Amino acid sequence: MGIVNKHTKINRADIYPDHFGRRKFKNNLFLGTVIFFSLITISFVFLIIGTLVVKGYHQINWAFFTQTPPDTFTAMMAKSSGQLIPGGIINGITGTLYLVAIASLIAIPFGILIGIYLYENSSKRYASFIRDITDVLQGVPSIVVGLIVYLWVVVHITRGYSVLAGSTALAIMMLPLIIRSTEEAMKMIPDTLKEAAIALGTPYYKVVLRVLIPTSFSGIMTGILLAISRIMGETAPLMLTTLGNPAINWNITKPVSAVPLLIWQFYNDPNMVDLIWSSTLFLMGFVLILNLLAKWIAAKRNF
Amino acid sequence: MNENNINTQPAILSIENLSIAYDKDKLAVKNVSATIEKNSITAIMGPSGCGKTTLLRAINRMHELYPNISTTGIIKLSNDNIYEMSTIKLRRKIGMVFQRPNPFPTLSIYDNVVAGYKMNDIHLKRLERDEIVETSLRDVTLWDEVKDSLHKKGTFLSGGQQQRLCIARALAFKPDVILLDEPTSALDPVATAKIEDLLVDLKKQYTIVLVTHNMSQAARISDNSMFMYMGELIEYEDTKTMFTNPKDKRTEGYLTGKFG
Ligand SMILES: Nc1ncnc2c1ncn2[C@@H]1O[C@H](COP(=O)(O)OP(=O)(O)O)[C@@H](O)[C@H]1O
Ligand SMILES: [Mg+2]
Repeated sequence: MGIVNKHTKINRADIYPDHFGRRKFKNNLFLGTVIFFSLITISFVFLIIGTLVVKGYHQINWAFFTQTPPDTFTAMMAKSSGQLIPGGIINGITGTLYLVAIASLIAIPFGILIGIYLYENSSKRYASFIRDITDVLQGVPSIVVGLIVYLWVVVHITRGYSVLAGSTALAIMMLPLIIRSTEEAMKMIPDTLKEAAIALGTPYYKVVLRVLIPTSFSGIMTGILLAISRIMGETAPLMLTTLGNPAINWNITKPVSAVPLLIWQFYNDPNMVDLIWSSTLFLMGFVLILNLLAKWIAAKRNF
Repeated sequence: MNENNINTQPAILSIENLSIAYDKDKLAVKNVSATIEKNSITAIMGPSGCGKTTLLRAINRMHELYPNISTTGIIKLSNDNIYEMSTIKLRRKIGMVFQRPNPFPTLSIYDNVVAGYKMNDIHLKRLERDEIVETSLRDVTLWDEVKDSLHKKGTFLSGGQQQRLCIARALAFKPDVILLDEPTSALDPVATAKIEDLLVDLKKQYTIVLVTHNMSQAARISDNSMFMYMGELIEYEDTKTMFTNPKDKRTEGYLTGKFG
């Protein structure tokens, strides 16, 4: 007992004072480096948000959410007399919401069904093939998706740039995220819950609808929100599929605007530069809220 | 093979030459025959891995969830061969309670009790539903504890309460038989005692088959006991006889704690 006590009370520093000091120094150096780099990362995020707020908030007003952008001459006149640029980005906001809604309508049912299929047949060869394809799809550059959809939908189906084409491109980009999050969320459900439902004489498709989907709802929803926030800022595929539209459009076979498309247009017009910042602030804010919502829902898991 | 010696009640289940293999050749249940009395508690005992769960799950055909399983022999529920019934109907007549409490986490206490109806789109009038919920919860002595929080999630309850909720869920269909697979193995002694008491009460209305790893539990509450060993039904007696005067060496060995 006494010996053990003696042992535990001996300080390493007493035996190897030099070694111990060096180790402490190394420790502190490492900790310092970690803190330094994480501070850089954090400040980078705040710098982005701060820049957007400082440069963008002037233009965020009622007109911003209710009017379409002005022509370049009006914008120039307003600027030269020191006023705010009149007009807003309502065509872009409605366009983005429209595109995201149609894309979700396509991607969510497909994604959930494929996710369920993968979960139910996780060990089958065909399932792991689908899983590989999903991974590949996730890595396909968005411009490539845009090109393919241009070829399929713009050229052959709507015969011109359209909401449908844009939504198809965005849906393809959403799919892998929804498939994966559905499969992962279902894997978390304990088997005993399925058995409880089956033991009540529930046919399997109703077990899926009434137990698996509701129980994994928060996981699936998180995936959907992250998928949406990922595609909301996509610009390249939309340039090839929806082109843009100076007015609000609800016709699914016609071109439509979107916030990132407007940002690109404003960038190319020196008179519109001020609108870039407010549009970007809006987009960033929206994506940030979706992300926070996703985090909040993920934290509300059922079991 | 031992037959049930003391049949004081008419049989409700009869198992005839039942053999079950998860994979070819390796039998998990070997040629088991037994009849189970109506309104009794039958305990299934035996060392871990001897086939208790497999036998129990064969009674409501839950064992068929394993894709490669093969079954020979028959089980009759009051003269109907269960392997010729639809599993959906069968499972409403033979309810099941699992080792760990598994209330549906998305449903309230109330909805958990009538989950069987909800899942299957069986429409009930409001009053009928209220009535089923109350009787089922009273049957498991949970009513007084939860009557003011029926619309809270079932997962807020303690482990013992959750397990009683799961029994209530099985009772809601008014089944003929209730199968329980080590229902108290995850519970503390107080919660266990409550469940044992209510099972004794429930046998007035239902027939109960209980897998238990706990010999004293079987001794306390069961009328008849099965002892299984390596897939075989070694001995099946009324509980008193089995505990005081076991016929087989292996039963005696198990009951005196020599193995298992
Ligand atoms: N899903 C399964 N697949 C293959 N073998 C299994 C499976 N479940 C159980 N077994 C085997 O069947 C035998 C009986 O298991 P089980 O009925 O669970 O025993 P008990 O409930 O008495 O512990 C054991 O040998 C076990 O290894
Ligand atoms: Mg078992």
